[in-house]
Amino acid sequence: MKKNWPLWEVFVRSKNGLEHRHFGSLHAADAEMALENARDVYTRRNEGVSIWVVESKNITASNPSNNGELFEPAQDKVYRHPTFYKLPDEIKHM
Amino acid sequence: MSEEQIKNLEAQFNARIERDEKIEPKDWMPEKYRKTHIRQMSQHAHSEIVGMLPEGNWITRAPSLRRKVALLAKVQDEAGHGLYLYSATETLGISREEMYEQLHTGKAKYSSIFNYPTLTWADMGAIGWLVDGAAIINQVPLCNTSYGPYARAMIRVCKEESFHQRQGFEIMMKLAKGTPEQKDLAQDALNRWWWPSLMMLGPKDEESIHTEQSMKWKLKRKSNDDLRQQFIDQTVPQADLIGLTIPDPELKWNKERGSYDFGPINWDEFWQVVKGYGPCNKERIKARVGAWKEGEWVRDAAMAYAEKQANKNFNKAV
Repeated sequence: MKKNWPLWEVFVRSKNGLEHRHFGSLHAADAEMALENARDVYTRRNEGVSIWVVESKNITASNPSNNGELFEPAQDKVYRHPTFYKLPDEIKHM
Repeated sequence: MSEEQIKNLEAQFNARIERDEKIEPKDWMPEKYRKTHIRQMSQHAHSEIVGMLPEGNWITRAPSLRRKVALLAKVQDEAGHGLYLYSATETLGISREEMYEQLHTGKAKYSSIFNYPTLTWADMGAIGWLVDGAAIINQVPLCNTSYGPYARAMIRVCKEESFHQRQGFEIMMKLAKGTPEQKDLAQDALNRWWWPSLMMLGPKDEESIHTEQSMKWKLKRKSNDDLRQQFIDQTVPQADLIGLTIPDPELKWNKERGSYDFGPINWDEFWQVVKGYGPCNKERIKARVGAWKEGEWVRDAAMAYAEKQANKNFNKAV
């Protein structure tokens, strides 16, 4: 059977000090080609100083239909936020 | 899922879009939403890819190095835009191979404007100025569309597109200020590209079958006729400025509307080209299919090399 080039996800750091951010995806035969193609497809105008590529099949993603059990428990934990705690008016900064 | 449940999900889905929430690839979506997006996004990608052909034709004949690097960069951007859009479309569950297959067999359409020939260097100017100008008008509202990957791709496309239009206008401006022969070239290109550019913004509102649903999904923010009027109003003064004449004897400023009135568009021509009978439909698909076939051995060789390297590393490890 004929094999097609696999899909890769591309992450770019736009400048030092910032994190790599997902930019998109592309097809390439191997990691080296994925990096080279990512350079041409996603950074033609100095958009980045560093690129990560990872084959898409290696990413495990959460399922939006499980969002309730995954993310809702955080909603009623207001005590994790500073605004939950009352301070006397005299204290301006804390 | 029962019909009741699907209806419920659809109502929630529509409410999300109304609240300006984005839809992401793994979210539930109605089948029609998925199909419509696959159709529109892949056609958009195909247009970028086929759009390279009429211009690629002139790269080696550009009149100066400055023009050559600009045209080369523009065509390379179009390849990039096609790739952003193909990979965004893949998030909806269609493979790259299926999309290519649809393009190559004529099942999927691309923008009809690319079925017109590029006869002179001035056509590079007219395409950048008019065709990219009309494309920008079409594309800017898509930066806010409801499907996340499409919106993100469009933001990147729009950022890059404005240089395309400027380099085209600069070519026209220079020719219009040149010798009488050069000015004639510019006028001739405008004459040939004006009407197809107006058609590019899509059929008249009453004949546009997808408009209503697309408005709801924010795939469209303004109707075709509104976009066309916007394009005309913005382009006519630009032509005046460089001393070229829009080839429409009925074109006239309408003070009450604050817009230009314009003559009838030859929609028969538009539908002929859409149906495959334009001047270059066959040539474009032939060039595209040819490029794909001739590249096959390169793709296979790269894959074979990658597999060989992976095996080597694996053997080293064991």
